[in-house]
Amino acid sequence: MSTRVEKPPAAEVDRPTRLRLYQLMVELRDFEQRAYELFLENLVRGTSHLALGQEAISAGYAVAMRADDYTFCTYRGHGHTLARGASMAGAMAELLGRGNGMLHGKGGSMHLTDVRHGAMGSYAIVGAHLPIAAGAAWSAQVRKSGQVAVCFFGDGATNIGAFHEALNLAVVWKLPVVFVCENNQYMEYTPIASVTAVEHPAADRASAYGLESILVDGNDADIIYQTARQTIDRARTGGGPSLVEALTYRHGGHSRADPAKYRPEAEVREWLQRDPVKRYRERLLTNGISETQVNEIETRAQQKVDAATEEARRGDPARVEEIERQVWGDGSAAWRN
Amino acid sequence: MAELSFREAIAAGIAQEMARDPLVYFIGEDIGAAGGVFKATVGLFEQFGPDRVRDTPISEQAIIGAAMGAAMTGLRPIAEIMFSDFLATCWDMVANQVAKTRYMTDGQVSLPLVIRTANGGGTRFGAQHSQSLENWGMAVPGLKVVAPSNPADAKGLLAAAIRDPDPVLFFEQKSLYGVKGEVPDGEHVDRLGSARVLRDGKDCTIVALAAMVPRSLDAAERLAAMDIEATVVDVRSLVPLDTRTILSAVTKTGRLFTVEENPRLCGWGAEIASIAADECFDDLDGPIVRITTPHVPLPAADVLEDAAMPSVERIVETVKRAMR
Repeated sequence: MSTRVEKPPAAEVDRPTRLRLYQLMVELRDFEQRAYELFLENLVRGTSHLALGQEAISAGYAVAMRADDYTFCTYRGHGHTLARGASMAGAMAELLGRGNGMLHGKGGSMHLTDVRHGAMGSYAIVGAHLPIAAGAAWSAQVRKSGQVAVCFFGDGATNIGAFHEALNLAVVWKLPVVFVCENNQYMEYTPIASVTAVEHPAADRASAYGLESILVDGNDADIIYQTARQTIDRARTGGGPSLVEALTYRHGGHSRADPAKYRPEAEVREWLQRDPVKRYRERLLTNGISETQVNEIETRAQQKVDAATEEARRGDPARVEEIERQVWGDGSAAWRN
Repeated sequence: MAELSFREAIAAGIAQEMARDPLVYFIGEDIGAAGGVFKATVGLFEQFGPDRVRDTPISEQAIIGAAMGAAMTGLRPIAEIMFSDFLATCWDMVANQVAKTRYMTDGQVSLPLVIRTANGGGTRFGAQHSQSLENWGMAVPGLKVVAPSNPADAKGLLAAAIRDPDPVLFFEQKSLYGVKGEVPDGEHVDRLGSARVLRDGKDCTIVALAAMVPRSLDAAERLAAMDIEATVVDVRSLVPLDTRTILSAVTKTGRLFTVEENPRLCGWGAEIASIAADECFDDLDGPIVRITTPHVPLPAADVLEDAAMPSVERIVETVKRAMR
């Protein structure tokens, strides 16, 4: 049974929440744009996977989460990490390989983590973090802490074994975890439909685990926010896990190396019209929020990203002394006496 | 002192730590009411209940992933992988996730967890249920690797592993499960990263691990009858590695033999040989010799398996020939 939510139940999301959702989406959008500009300047080393176009999912869930809930996300995780309140300058500096990066240069773009804000890590092996999120939920369950783990992953992850192992375990143990599949239509360079046995890679498989099939518009922040409220609430009140498939689209390629030429132009055009940030701006304006207020949000976001960029660029390169630190719990890297 | 089998000592170690620390949880396949396929967890389910001793599906990635997620959020889980060979099905979790996350987050995350697993040959199970693969773990920065050779060490090192702040791969050589030995009464906690000299001899040093330790001790007795006095060192822990104890024995005796159950290439003995060659070359009176299983998947038939693994006879012959 598919539960399709097609129209935004506009009345149900209050104005402060809407402003918060928009502010967060604009910040995430501006951060990713800036990251892209910085790697055109050759300042971002290594690879980088941007989530331009997928902001509504990060924002919608983050706004619905409790401060001590856990987020697990993928190598396309800048947005999910920042949405929990992690330092933007710390994230930017990490992309630039600076000592003031949130991981002091030891993780990089694909591993942003800020445990103090519940951002429990960005995982770069597809599917690996689903069982780990289940483990955090198990811990919350036995500690009776009331915390919920939310795990974000791409459509490609639904074809790897860890997805199925994690879903089955989470249901059998009735864990407080929400699995959110961000179906951006492509697993790296390949259309997901051409390598998947079912039309909706997550939603169509929910029944295999006795779960409700939830398929939602991932480019609508209100819908995501409400889905988040429902699924997180279910987890927190002992109702067990949920599996959500949110339909969305990557505005860019898989990584910095990918110009995404394999995507039909008409498809790209159509999805750009459904840009979650543009759409939400229009919704705010038609719901009585003034242009001035919206502009202020956008200016503040731009200023925040500018300040974070400046702070990141002022940082020194990562320190070589860090190499042999923090392999072990005593802070060292010693493997012999 | 009480006499316990190796498998009873394992269960006693887990019970000791679960009774002491309510944050210790134990998960794995058939570990609960069934008591484990090797009966190394008998009684735990009855003593601690289904919440703290939880059966899992046959889902090794979920087992290690769940243990990791729990460890990073406040529990001290013990996860059992029934046969060490099955680590291959969840090696991403072990080598990419568990091992690297503290480092990549520069210490934001701690992973106090133990992965227990039945390891090694001698049971005629064939190449997919008999591998000795401590060296896989040793090759990955961020994993501690422990392999006891007797019941007392099994209990004491397991307790130490559970209290350790870092992920520990704990290898239980399955042909040792039935072996009995004296185990100290009351709380028994050993120390990771400490090798032990089990026999003193002036002529050569034999360094061994797990099931190769009793074989090396037997070999040393036979060599003594031929006027070759061997020091036998039980390595006990590959990471951290007690090079001080090992190199001190090598320096005193001038000869080094390693006895390894693993196939030849990149076995743990190669690392010890390299360290010894680097750091006490001038004290060596002859080449370092490694005694290993040949570089083949372990065969199943009794005669083949026995001939493939280092035997007491092969240790004696190799040492005797090299010392001539």
